[in-house]
Amino acid sequence: MSLSQGVEAVESADSSAAGPPEEAAGGLWRDAFRRLRHNPTAILGAALVTIFVLVAIFAPLLAPYDPKVADLSQIRPGDFPGPSREHLLGLDSQGRDELSRIIYGARYSLLIGVVSLAVGATLGVILGLIAGAFGGWVDSLVMRLVDIMLSIPGLLLAIGIAALLGRSLKSVMIAIAVVNVPVFARLLRGSMLAQRRSDYALAARSLGVTRSRIVLQHVFPNSLGPVIVQATLALATAIIDAAGLAFLGLGSPDPSIPEWGRMLAETNSLLATEPLLALWPGLAIVLSVLGFYLLGEALREALDPKLRR
Amino acid sequence: MLTFAVRRLLLLIPILLGLSILVFLFVRALPGGPETALLGERSTPERIAQVRAAYGLDRPVHEQYLSYMGKVVKLDFGTSIQTQRPVSEEIARRFKATLELTGAAILFAVLVGIPLGFVAGRRPQSWIDNLSTVGSLLGIAIPVFVLGYLLKYVFAIKLGWFETTGRQNVAISTEHPTGFFVLDGIITGDLPAAWDAFKHLVLPAIALGTIPLAIITRITRAAVQEVSNEDFVRTAEAKGMTKSVVTRRHILRNAMLPVVTIIGLQTGLLLSGAILTETVFAFGGLGSFMASSVFTRDFPVIQGGILFIAVVFVLVNLLVDISYGLFDPRVRNA
Repeated sequence: MSLSQGVEAVESADSSAAGPPEEAAGGLWRDAFRRLRHNPTAILGAALVTIFVLVAIFAPLLAPYDPKVADLSQIRPGDFPGPSREHLLGLDSQGRDELSRIIYGARYSLLIGVVSLAVGATLGVILGLIAGAFGGWVDSLVMRLVDIMLSIPGLLLAIGIAALLGRSLKSVMIAIAVVNVPVFARLLRGSMLAQRRSDYALAARSLGVTRSRIVLQHVFPNSLGPVIVQATLALATAIIDAAGLAFLGLGSPDPSIPEWGRMLAETNSLLATEPLLALWPGLAIVLSVLGFYLLGEALREALDPKLRR
Repeated sequence: MLTFAVRRLLLLIPILLGLSILVFLFVRALPGGPETALLGERSTPERIAQVRAAYGLDRPVHEQYLSYMGKVVKLDFGTSIQTQRPVSEEIARRFKATLELTGAAILFAVLVGIPLGFVAGRRPQSWIDNLSTVGSLLGIAIPVFVLGYLLKYVFAIKLGWFETTGRQNVAISTEHPTGFFVLDGIITGDLPAAWDAFKHLVLPAIALGTIPLAIITRITRAAVQEVSNEDFVRTAEAKGMTKSVVTRRHILRNAMLPVVTIIGLQTGLLLSGAILTETVFAFGGLGSFMASSVFTRDFPVIQGGILFIAVVFVLVNLLVDISYGLFDPRVRNA
């Protein structure tokens, strides 16, 4: 019940928040925002993302029970109380309220996603900025490092790092952050190279603007568009990766922590008898991922000058 | 063409060297080092010193690296802690399972994705186009382990069409000359065994192949749509060439370039996606072996496995680049 109220609140909040995103932003961003508001895909994506974020923030208010408290007295092997009035999504194998665990799970997903992305993207952007600004051997050195990191498939790299650092939420965040570093470095560098050759950079140079000012005040801000798109899409991937690591047992060592990936893994042996317990965390992962994905794709279209009509 | 391939091959050497240094240093940079991984946190200093000497961990890092690489080039990755057998042997045996799974997944993605993307690209806004757009969106958003559970529940547990776990029924004893179970059944003429292996392979392959399917469909659709609007297609049509010739020789051939790239890249990525799929379906491949090594902190396997998969990944990308040269003379002569 509280969930459906949340949905309405989210949708109205979504439309009322429709103002210019940043005063300092130029025509490109305002244009993009206008296009986003008229794109049903973007609205669906934004709605899913908003619900996800609100559920994560207000988890203590929304969750009917403590997600960590187990009540084994209600559980018999092979006979789990399914959805009921008291427990809308039923109880898990330890007698914990499934709905509360799903709600709190949003917290962990969002926390891991945002922290790992913030760290990874920042480091990547700094590396990309250094490579794009200096060029020459600095560029070659940074890009070879990026090539090496990209030669290990992302999830494998994350598993390796998380495994070697030991089981904890911090290891998962570090692992996903590291995976994101080369992606953002390469993206920003490529975007900056394209901007550096643009007419306005040439114009600024012919006016006698110093190189560092051209790079920092003109080229860099204009190169950020693809980075923001990638950040939205990378959040989707970060949620999947975090769930994947938890699924493999690499998340927090505390089994009472409600991570969606781990909740799914716990139902592996129960799949034949309790398929719903696998459905809820699965659905939660898919919907939150879909939200960031739809929003990212719509943002990409809105910011792409070639697709503007 | 040969110089192109050789040049690309030579460019690999610094990448692979850098990669090996990175992986090597990373394992050594761990809190406590590999000896903690081997012995656990609680151990006596004498025991630690003993293990450090046994594994050569008391020598300078560059010496350790050189001796490790000296062995690696001879395909000696050390000994697995959990099985006490050579890592290279363990990897080779299990990699065949992963290769079979990855191959089946890519086959599924290509056989469904290219025709679907082609039809969608030729008839934009038709129902099949809309279906493929929504489908590929969902395909990308569903993680393999969620899809794996779904497929397992519906097609194995409820309908009973396919098997839930493993590569083959344990009661079946057949020879494995190649290590690819479906192929082995066919080669040895043991068709029931081949069929059984096939029934074990279908669901993991679909689960693993769905993301590449979604991506291949999208790329094919975009490429076909773009090429269809090119001047040379209009010229060919104006010359009075039949539709099938235009489709085959002009549209398909030119649209396949980005598709080939994406197939190659996806094949590399599947090697890591297979870790999760193999875990869901208990498909005894390299992925699930690596996943279990993670818990036993079997660092020779983790180190060797990452290095091995990265090398395969890099080689697959090299093949993609070379095939690009084969398809497109402009790349070859650049």
